[in-house]
Amino acid sequence: MNFGVVFLLTFLIVCAASVAMTKNLLAAVLIQMGYSTIMSVIWLVLESPDLAITEAAVGAGVTGILFFVTLRRIGLIGGKGGRKK
Amino acid sequence: MKQPSRNVARFVNWVEGEEVFPVPEEAERNQKPRKKKAPVKAKPASPEKEKRIFALVYDGISVVVCLTVILTLLVTVSWLPRFGGQDNPAENEVYIRYLEGELEEAGAINAVAGMILDYRAFDTLGESNVLFIAVCSVIILLRADRNRKTGALNIPELENRRALQPDDSIFRGSAALLVPIGILFGIYVILNGHLSAGGGFSGGAIIGASLILYANACGPEKFERAFTFRTYQWISFFALMTYTLLKTYSFYTGANHLESHIPLGTPGAILSSGLILPLNICVGLVVACTMYAFYSLFSKGGFGNGQ
Amino acid sequence: MGSNLFFNYFEATAVIVFGIGFTILFLDRNLIKKVIGFNFMDSAIFLFLASNGYISGRVSPIFEDGVTAAEHYINPVPAGLVLTGIVVSVSVTAFLLALVVRLYLRYHTLEMDEIVALSRKEADE
Repeated sequence: MNFGVVFLLTFLIVCAASVAMTKNLLAAVLIQMGYSTIMSVIWLVLESPDLAITEAAVGAGVTGILFFVTLRRIGLIGGKGGRKK
Repeated sequence: MKQPSRNVARFVNWVEGEEVFPVPEEAERNQKPRKKKAPVKAKPASPEKEKRIFALVYDGISVVVCLTVILTLLVTVSWLPRFGGQDNPAENEVYIRYLEGELEEAGAINAVAGMILDYRAFDTLGESNVLFIAVCSVIILLRADRNRKTGALNIPELENRRALQPDDSIFRGSAALLVPIGILFGIYVILNGHLSAGGGFSGGAIIGASLILYANACGPEKFERAFTFRTYQWISFFALMTYTLLKTYSFYTGANHLESHIPLGTPGAILSSGLILPLNICVGLVVACTMYAFYSLFSKGGFGNGQ
Repeated sequence: MGSNLFFNYFEATAVIVFGIGFTILFLDRNLIKKVIGFNFMDSAIFLFLASNGYISGRVSPIFEDGVTAAEHYINPVPAGLVLTGIVVSVSVTAFLLALVVRLYLRYHTLEMDEIVALSRKEADE
């Protein structure tokens, strides 16, 4: 049992649980992107570099962008005056 | 036009966690457009308190369901064979056959690329079609109408779109530095898909993310003139069609014991491994176009000026 | 209870994350968080699959120095399945988010309860 790997796996569980707890949607999306980044390191530990490079580009990049664009479209982030109102 | 902005302010409050459950009267006031009265029923004594109790019960049920699912699955996991063993049922003769025959039959150094683009290529074709169909359904859901008279896009909630364009020189400078490197790296990953880790999916996603960054930083106008809906259609069509024809040829010759005239080349060279390189390029094109199409449909409700 | 729970820690993590994602998907009232929970379930299943293909002491299936014996490399089949699955999960996410945007444009809220109440009210009228 490798303790570095156990630390990474614990991080996954903590990320998922904190998304379940949080009320802030932007924070939930950011936590999900961090989860994907840790996941790509775990793919490297599991000797699958193809999965690691795909997860880093897709999970942490494009999925996060899609969530951000959705939040902007429905007016939760960005816009005039932003979130200070 | 006042209604949405008020709702937005309420939403921002709710996102910040300040207003968890909106008071019913205020919620009713906010829904002014449909102000017809609901049939009056016997009102509960204090709806706020009832709602709080309901929320507590709801959270309790959530935790119980979560723990039940996790415990059931953990008991199953404890009966599985040990992690990393050589004799696990997943490690059967199929992968040994793939690994031993790979270099003679597919000619790819990267066994995963050889598997998904040679032995199981129709699976990958179906998967590229899934991407295309996903873009089609997002177009159906989100494409904006055009105003008949003015010809402008009819998106009321995006009226202040100009104000959203970032005017940030740091962002622009770093984007100008990163976008060419990103696109070059994506092309490298696609072209080396049969030699090292990577391939059409990951390279296409990298190129798509670079295009999104470019459109976000430098303004979409220039880019939209080149990449219209018609361009997207033609690129996807040609990539999927080329994929289908190439693979049909190789499966037809293979199934009928005919000689395939596609040279495999020496393993390790960039022009080797038969059809895997063109198939990787096709998949990469489809994935890159799909990622950019998702972004532009979500942010603008359309592709370019040509729609 | 079997005896292999602490050896299968990858699978154990995968099912825990799956359970949390399941809970978010079915019992959270916010639509965006439901989509995030769906993403968690996706990647938990990918982790479970790929950890079944791992064989300890072996390396990733990229042939080096002409060694093609199957005893040197891990199982490439789960990796190939997961590779296609990751990209499909993105398109599913985009589709779900498009549905969420449509619902928001119609009802001006992301809460499941309010959307159900409003649509019932519309059906009554």
